[in-house]
Amino acid sequence: MGTHLPSTEFDGTAVDDQREADAEAVLGEPAAPMVQLLGPDGKLGADPVFSRYADKLTPEALRGLYADMAAIRRFDVEATALQRQGQLALWVPLTGQEAAQIGSGRASQPQDYIFPTYREHGVALTRNVDLAELLRQFRGVSNGGWNPKDTNFHLYTLVLAAQTLHAVGYAMGIQRDQKLAAATDGAGKEPDAAVIAYFGDGASSEGDVHESMVFASSYNAPVVFFCQNNHWAISVPTNVQTRVPLSNRAKGYGFPGIRVDGNDVIAVHAVTEWALEHARQGKGPVLIEAFTYRVGAHTTADDPTKYRQSAEEDAWRAKDPLARLEKYLRAEGLAADDFFAKVRADGDELASYVRRTAHDLQDPDIRQAFANVYAEAHPLVAEELAWFEEYSAGFAGEDESAGQAAKAGH
Amino acid sequence: MTLNKFNLPDVGEGLTEAEIVSWKVKPGDAVAINDVICEIETAKSIVELPSPFAGTVSELLVEEGVTVDVGTAIISVSDEVSGDPTPADVRAPEPPAQPLYGKLPVDAAEEPTAAGSGSSPANAPLVGSGPKADAVKRRPRKNAPAASVTVNAPEVEPVQPRTPAEVTGSETAAVDNRPTLGGTITGLVNRVLAKPPVRKIARDLGIDLADVVATGSRGEVTREDLVSYQAQRDAELDKADGFWGKAGKPQDQRIERIPVKGVRKATAKAMVESAFAAPHVSIFVDVDASRTMEFVKRLKASRDFEGIRVSPLLILAKAVIWAAARNPSVNASWVDNGDGSAEIQVKHFMNLGIAAATPRGLMVPNIKNAQDLSLKELALALNNLATTARAGKTQPAEMQGGTLTVTNIGALGIDTGTPIINPGEVAIVAFGTIKQKPWVLDGEVIPRWITTLGGSFDHRVVDGDLSARFMADVAAILEEPALLLD
Repeated sequence: MGTHLPSTEFDGTAVDDQREADAEAVLGEPAAPMVQLLGPDGKLGADPVFSRYADKLTPEALRGLYADMAAIRRFDVEATALQRQGQLALWVPLTGQEAAQIGSGRASQPQDYIFPTYREHGVALTRNVDLAELLRQFRGVSNGGWNPKDTNFHLYTLVLAAQTLHAVGYAMGIQRDQKLAAATDGAGKEPDAAVIAYFGDGASSEGDVHESMVFASSYNAPVVFFCQNNHWAISVPTNVQTRVPLSNRAKGYGFPGIRVDGNDVIAVHAVTEWALEHARQGKGPVLIEAFTYRVGAHTTADDPTKYRQSAEEDAWRAKDPLARLEKYLRAEGLAADDFFAKVRADGDELASYVRRTAHDLQDPDIRQAFANVYAEAHPLVAEELAWFEEYSAGFAGEDESAGQAAKAGH
Repeated sequence: MTLNKFNLPDVGEGLTEAEIVSWKVKPGDAVAINDVICEIETAKSIVELPSPFAGTVSELLVEEGVTVDVGTAIISVSDEVSGDPTPADVRAPEPPAQPLYGKLPVDAAEEPTAAGSGSSPANAPLVGSGPKADAVKRRPRKNAPAASVTVNAPEVEPVQPRTPAEVTGSETAAVDNRPTLGGTITGLVNRVLAKPPVRKIARDLGIDLADVVATGSRGEVTREDLVSYQAQRDAELDKADGFWGKAGKPQDQRIERIPVKGVRKATAKAMVESAFAAPHVSIFVDVDASRTMEFVKRLKASRDFEGIRVSPLLILAKAVIWAAARNPSVNASWVDNGDGSAEIQVKHFMNLGIAAATPRGLMVPNIKNAQDLSLKELALALNNLATTARAGKTQPAEMQGGTLTVTNIGALGIDTGTPIINPGEVAIVAFGTIKQKPWVLDGEVIPRWITTLGGSFDHRVVDGDLSARFMADVAAILEEPALLLD
């Protein structure tokens, strides 16, 4: 089977091709191919560049990729249920995008730094973030939830595309650290690192993405832009965001752009590994467009039946990332029923753990908010805290906890 | 055994309520965590709720079809079966084909007219209108609080939201909001002005804003208007129940006797006089008033007409004045002289009467020398006339000396009718409702704003061809208001 599939959604029917140049400007030449190694039929293909990376994946690693994808899908279902039960204010489901997230996350190395959006639960899993901590923000008991320095997995950014600028800034910081290390004779030199900036097809229309790509290119910053094109920016389809494959945009900034089948975990892993190497070696940024699909709602507050046909969802379910890897693992004799049963049991255990922990997450003490204003003690904040304590103490009824007093007081 | 109650969660962002569409479990059923227990419909979508508990369903606390606030307990589950609300063996929900959001039945969205489904109007917005504010409740303070606390504590009682009853009590005494001309003029224009909270209240009460008399300064329906309308509607509905009287009562005791006096008496007299003295001839014409609607829209947007209520009635009034000048005999009187002779008095001025349903009954105040008024002045005069009539303050002098009358039955949603001429005049024009209808234009059927004009004429003065020409002229203006320029 072919490994470079032609892009299908830019068939030119909407193009006014009176002049050949106009058509070319819109369609590009040739249409950008899509890297695919593992097709929906579970057969592994070959690629001149990326097969080399795919071949490095041991059977153990392949089983791990499957287990990760199954775990995060199970987690996603549980978190959605928790939201429906009133335990979370909101949930952002990732179902359908497991391969894009697990494949890219597993390709990163511990020294790399990841800037996620708010949907990268799969990447969080690969970076060893405690998934129960991930729920803290969605339960409204924390502004973050985990310490990014522990995992090099940054806090979720809710402002669309803002993290792409942070990522490029961080990558430029890495360059300066490297220069300093080189100047000081390489003593205590750390392994070369790169940055991954995650964003979506909707965020690709934000000015921040443009600015970050311009800077990344100008400074040759070690950053991989990882765009999960899940086809829907809430209710806006991708073909409203762009008239060319998103990966083509890299050409305009002067760095490589690769479209990869985002439901093919092997290809995603290979392409990301290649791109991170490219960045770490000082060759500059890469844009990866993972061509995938958000099978569920944008968030639990969204109802996709209002804006898209279920036939479209069905077409994408047929390209399910887990199903094709399972087919491959079974066909190659790399995994059997007992493995898949264990994966299912592990998933349920994870879900149970997350449910238990989510119920036990404590409401924060308002004093924490005072404590977090400045890194060091500050007289004005101390004065305000003192006033607040006195005010809170002025209420009758000893049964009310300070936390509740705090809530009603603000 | 413990009873766990599941409170309706906010499944969207800031939703305040939801309807229980269907229960998937019944009392006595065993449920596991994440089993779907029911389907609810919010302002945003239909959603399935998974059970947070494992155990046996003890009671369904809310019936199907009932809308409840977020936070209301909807089901109680006893933990007889498993005992632990968070057991280790959490069952995975069935791999959802649709991950936990439901699907509308295909035709449900198209036909929201199911009887008794007043709770969810078809055009309800998709998005909730934000979390409900917590009820203002003051926590008790300890006696003699510290001085600094006193300084900082709020010293004013929180403002309590006014209840509809309070609003009614204070406002309706001064302003009578029953349907009047002013309201009916507004009603003609399709788009009713109202602030979003007022729209929300109207939706909640199931009131069509177009039915409500608007008294706001810019012609918008106010909260008070709604309250008044609702009170009146309630009163009517209450009466409707007891209207037919007790079953056993003899029929001759079931007749209500209302003395005829005042305006009712005067109206009756005038109508009999007119209907028997003047041989009526009535004609009707359908008019494409689309350009009038556009013109009105433009006037409303123009700076010159800022703050002035403009409606198609204004254009009709102008059209009648214009057409009368071209067919003067319609603006006349038939006068019987004492000696058996008679004369026709053609008026070279227009005192344009506007029939108005007022709190005191039907009145026909007129605008004196309407022929001298510019479009803007005419609009102002109509506004004043409406305001005065609505307040029940129309003076007798304002009702005398009319030369030709317009009755705006379209405001009540009526297509057309046979109007009876105001005594002393020889013509009356009935202005029907304006609505979109299929209309043939250049051989094609297209939707246009169509109205019907009805006219009644005193055949002693106005012959068929003259009445036809007059009506055609009026219709011509409604079809092309630009003709007024010549």
